[in-house]
Amino acid sequence: MSKSVFSSPSLAKHPGLDEWVSVGADGRISIHSGKVDIGQRISTALAMIAAEELDVPLDRIDMVRTATGEAPDEGITSGSNSMMESGSAVRLATATARRHMLALAAEQLGVDADTLEVDDGLIQSRDTNRSVTYEEIQGDKPFGVDVDPDVDVKDPETHKIVGEKIAPLGLSEIVTGSYRFLHDMKLPGMLHARVVRPPHYNARLKGMNDETADRLRQSGIDIVQDGSFIAVVGANEYAVIQAAERLFAACDWDTSGALSENDVFESLTANPRESRPVENDGVPQDKPVPPLADPPENASATLEARYDKPYHAHASMGPSASCAIWQEDGLQLWSHSQGVYFLRDAVAEAFDIDPETVRIEHIPGAGCYGHNGADDVAFDAALVARALPGKPVLLKWTREEEHAWAPYATATSMKLRASLDADGKVIDWNHESYGDTFNMRPRSGPNMAGAARLLSGRFRENPPPEFVPQPAMVRHMGIHRNLDPLYVFPNKRLVKNLVRDLPLRTSALRTLGAFGNVFAIESFMDELAEAAGIDPVTFRLNHLEDTRGREVLEAVAARMDFNADDGIGRGIAFAQYKNLKAYAAVGVELEVNDAAEVILKRAVLAGDAGEIVDRDGTAAQYDGGFLQAASWTISEQVTWDRDGITSRDWETYPILGFDNVPEIETILIERPGVPFLGAGEAVSGPAGAAIANAIYNATGLRLRRIPFTPDAIRAAAMDA
Amino acid sequence: MDSLTLTINGEARDINCDPATPLLYVLRNDLDLTGAKLGCGLEQCGACAVLVDGEATLCCNRPAGEFAGKEIVTIEALENDAVGAAVQRAFIAEGAAQCGYCTAGLVIAATSLLKANAAPDRDAIVAGLEEHLCRCGSHGRVIAAIGRAAKEIGNV
Repeated sequence: MSKSVFSSPSLAKHPGLDEWVSVGADGRISIHSGKVDIGQRISTALAMIAAEELDVPLDRIDMVRTATGEAPDEGITSGSNSMMESGSAVRLATATARRHMLALAAEQLGVDADTLEVDDGLIQSRDTNRSVTYEEIQGDKPFGVDVDPDVDVKDPETHKIVGEKIAPLGLSEIVTGSYRFLHDMKLPGMLHARVVRPPHYNARLKGMNDETADRLRQSGIDIVQDGSFIAVVGANEYAVIQAAERLFAACDWDTSGALSENDVFESLTANPRESRPVENDGVPQDKPVPPLADPPENASATLEARYDKPYHAHASMGPSASCAIWQEDGLQLWSHSQGVYFLRDAVAEAFDIDPETVRIEHIPGAGCYGHNGADDVAFDAALVARALPGKPVLLKWTREEEHAWAPYATATSMKLRASLDADGKVIDWNHESYGDTFNMRPRSGPNMAGAARLLSGRFRENPPPEFVPQPAMVRHMGIHRNLDPLYVFPNKRLVKNLVRDLPLRTSALRTLGAFGNVFAIESFMDELAEAAGIDPVTFRLNHLEDTRGREVLEAVAARMDFNADDGIGRGIAFAQYKNLKAYAAVGVELEVNDAAEVILKRAVLAGDAGEIVDRDGTAAQYDGGFLQAASWTISEQVTWDRDGITSRDWETYPILGFDNVPEIETILIERPGVPFLGAGEAVSGPAGAAIANAIYNATGLRLRRIPFTPDAIRAAAMDA
Repeated sequence: MDSLTLTINGEARDINCDPATPLLYVLRNDLDLTGAKLGCGLEQCGACAVLVDGEATLCCNRPAGEFAGKEIVTIEALENDAVGAAVQRAFIAEGAAQCGYCTAGLVIAATSLLKANAAPDRDAIVAGLEEHLCRCGSHGRVIAAIGRAAKEIGNV
């Protein structure tokens, strides 16, 4: 055993051991966590940690579904926090549970606890041949003690499960079709529902053709209406889909409040905004923004550049879904929300009911890594269920709804300026980021702040007050996530700008503002390196003191041949997520073909996420994160006109296909016994910049606005 | 209500449904075969693929009536197929899924591909996945899994 370096804020709110671990009479161990599976395999990692500390095989661990009122409230599954928060809590809880059961066993066996060993839950004393099992001691009994935050944990050198490559929980069910997604739910008497959406955010219902509505009702379709929120409900799912289409055609919408067609990149720097200086390791300050000073006297060169990224969609493979039953004693919801407690409180706020009467159980949906339609559709299902008390209602969004109505990651602009001295060192650094909010998850608060952020609230007869986002002021949040570079630069001026009156509905997508900020910083680092006449890797290392950061950067650099003369473009980029979480360096090799398409050939990823628990799952966060970010970078942008969103399916919102997948080499730095950092979002920002840098290396074209489509590359070539 | 007879996973099934209903809804709602998923309803993403006479076919939009007289095999019965089972094992070995929503369609596509071409090169694998999308970024692992399955089948 060794002294624990692991700590978890989750234990402050849920200190009781019974809140995390229970032992069944059959000897099975149940682990309770507030973090949910969204494709990142957190359940697998937590089960591995528990099995390791308790000396039982992995298949004796049951991961209990997260439900409000039962699971620890660990906020949202987001921000790469799950390993640090829940992973550390489960490690400390299971270590406490083991120690507790061993103390009881020692007493029962009349031996010293130090003589006890555990194998598959069987506790044996070296001194006697007597033994006792976990279930004999603890089966179906409460522990009745708190988790000891200072408990000794397993020495990493003795780990048998943690750090291994294992098949993730659920994968055998996934490949055989027996894994149950929320979309697959079936309850006795369950009805299907679909929403009849207006043409766009600002449209409202003027009237409905009564004849069509009556005919639908005669055919067994219920119509639920609350202001401009309209849904159709029936027993046959396909009949409900057709009914929704018919009713949409029978609705007369007031579409006078058209969407703004102004160039969003102009709006980002022209619209009214809330500006805050960002200081002290990435924390915004409530004070005026200092003016931009002239470059220092000893500047030998000063560079300026502006980088842009468009609105990106979550674009989950499965349209969001939820199931609801409204009963006399309360509302039951099944949801793939990443924050069931937040959602519970927001739904309760919307209906003005006691949150304790709402129970939300998490059931997996399609992945997306962010605030997709999951919360909104749960509220839709609740609105419908409330009108049909006692009946289970499964409400699914359509492909169009997921693309056109789920929140987007805001478009952002990043304006950078920096100066170099004669030695090629950065001597001042200015970075301003502009964007809409990332903070529209339904967190309840004054003025019905939770209810107001659920999509359909605004369409109800009595909508909650409009939610006006304020600048997020905590460290590395939203627009200013990774705004503060990890590099050692003097004279930094960092500014976040929350821009008003932008046209689209936005919230949190994987990495929030870090994707745009790191794309900008790491593109600009290459531009500065070239101006300094120093190669990009050396230039970065010259400004990077963080040894773990240097190690991942050097690991990638060692596997890239920047001097090869083979027509391949090579680029590199680096960041530590939030300057606090996992490290990632990315090397990319690509070609730009005659059709101006970016063809990815090879990617080298190096990661340091602290102690590795689920080895393959950690690697998957890097290689999968790279491909998702490559898709954002090369292919994706939300489009719209005055009449609404025009990127409403996979043809109008193309994502990376199987035909542009590079060979990926992922190197994970071994850090046994070192706190978990959380790997989910480390690679995204560096991926975007490494691609931009490789395109420059291949073509001499410096692309500063994502996505790098053939049109964008041809336009850049024309301007060159 | 009309009725329809379909051959699904080797069994003739009589189903009371409007034959104009897309096959996917019949499988999922009438037969409780929920492995195939609705991703788009537009034949753009591949999540709904099933084998029809041995070939991967998207069924989110095509009326169930069109499939009468054909052999439909869904992911639930793939374990009984030597190629299908090899593909499933390979997907597990390569960790070729994150959320898993697109996976059933990919496993079906891979099985269809390997039935037609037992030793596909990388280009042939990619071509076999043309109709499929994945959002979590498991693409490289899926391609590797199909290569692994081909090797395993070739070694038998």
